[in-house]
Amino acid sequence: MLALWIVLGVVALLVIFVIATYNGLVGLRNRIDNAWSQIDVQLRRRYDLIPNLVETVKGYAAHEKQLFENVAHARSAGIAATSVTEQAQAENAITQALRQLLAVSEAYPDLKANQNFLALQEELTGTEGRIAFARQFYNDQVLIFNNKVQQFPSNVIAGMFSFAARDFFEVEEAATGPVNVQF
Amino acid sequence: MYEQLEKNVRRSALLIAAFVLVVLAFGWLFGWLFGYGPLGLGIAVVFAVFMAWNSYRNGDKIVLRLSRAREVTHAEQPRLHNLVEGLAIAAGIPKPRVYVVEDPAPNAFATGRDPAHASIAMTTGLLEKMNRVELEGVVAHELAHVKNRDTLVMAIVATLVGVIVLLADWSLRAFWWGGGRRRGGDGGAVGILVLVGILASLLMPLFASIMRAAVSRRREFFADMSGVQLTRYPPGLISALEKLRADTTVVRTAAHATGHLWIESPLDEQKATLQSRVNRLFHTHPPMDERIRVLREL
Repeated sequence: MLALWIVLGVVALLVIFVIATYNGLVGLRNRIDNAWSQIDVQLRRRYDLIPNLVETVKGYAAHEKQLFENVAHARSAGIAATSVTEQAQAENAITQALRQLLAVSEAYPDLKANQNFLALQEELTGTEGRIAFARQFYNDQVLIFNNKVQQFPSNVIAGMFSFAARDFFEVEEAATGPVNVQF
Repeated sequence: MYEQLEKNVRRSALLIAAFVLVVLAFGWLFGWLFGYGPLGLGIAVVFAVFMAWNSYRNGDKIVLRLSRAREVTHAEQPRLHNLVEGLAIAAGIPKPRVYVVEDPAPNAFATGRDPAHASIAMTTGLLEKMNRVELEGVVAHELAHVKNRDTLVMAIVATLVGVIVLLADWSLRAFWWGGGRRRGGDGGAVGILVLVGILASLLMPLFASIMRAAVSRRREFFADMSGVQLTRYPPGLISALEKLRADTTVVRTAAHATGHLWIESPLDEQKATLQSRVNRLFHTHPPMDERIRVLREL
């Protein structure tokens, strides 16, 4: 009789463990998907800032036509992108173009003193920060999820219900290269 | 960094577990001495929870008003808001409300019952004296407090302290008014336990304060580590702490009740004398030197 109760108890604990682990994995997976789309949200906030920035700089450095074209072109490519790779390329292009624009504006002291420009610069820095942090959060969640999927005993449950380890977000080589500034 | 984080989580848990055990032991002693059994402990727990609950739920409004904090918009403090937004994304918590305290002393605190109802405040002194990466380090430390639910942890600890203080108070009153077990013929053993009971009632509240301070210090280390995990840039916070250490102005509106919330303790002295070594047991914050040293080792 006692043996029966012990067996039932063990079975109950096992069931609870399986349910809890499964739910944990589902929750983490959803959080990862959410974090991924959050990166997108932050990237798109950049688009809104760009036209304003370009107009302000144009007021002081109208002849830097090439830079303005680069930025505008990269921005429209980003908005129009359909696949993840296209989007990533466009985002890298925007980052590069913005860096060049801001680097060049160092040569115009009047522009640097302009309140509007300073405010926009702060907003851009803030947005770049948000993008970076959104990516960091995504990677942190992927780390937690991958640990759970690969470590014992949760890997058993993960295998049973086909949870696979996810990839980390990696910055492409192009974005980490040196900035080319032409005066 | 991950080892440090795990170490902090383990030590916090051990401290609180040890505290709970001590409370239970004291409660058992109390119950046995006065013949109430576990009922005495139970009533003390109910009282203590009631006392701590209100402060936990509404403490943030009270603290903000005590410090004369003023909520600021994105337009008023763009840099601060951008940093708070970015780090809140990194932490995976909703963006807390942002306040400013008019005070030349550089300092900051975070409050709120859970990450969804949190507020952080910076003094004008801090905003003026810190550069961007240093401010980022400080904001990260405060957001780490929110993410780690340190208000809840300290409320639990306050409850434990409350239980001990209540039981000690009741014991002393009972001894004074002649309560306690009076079993004829068993005098010797009971006498010793009564003595232990009296000593415990006198010393336990002191011990409880020391435990609370120990937990508070451990949570400060934890917040430093968690903050660095958010920024992934220890030099920012290190530089901020060094500036805080060098600056000797003290926040005007800090009181004993709110001392533990600030990033730099507005109350403790840092000198190394014999008296201060005893005082150090009660400090809510670890010494700044220690905090900087731990961060440098990352």
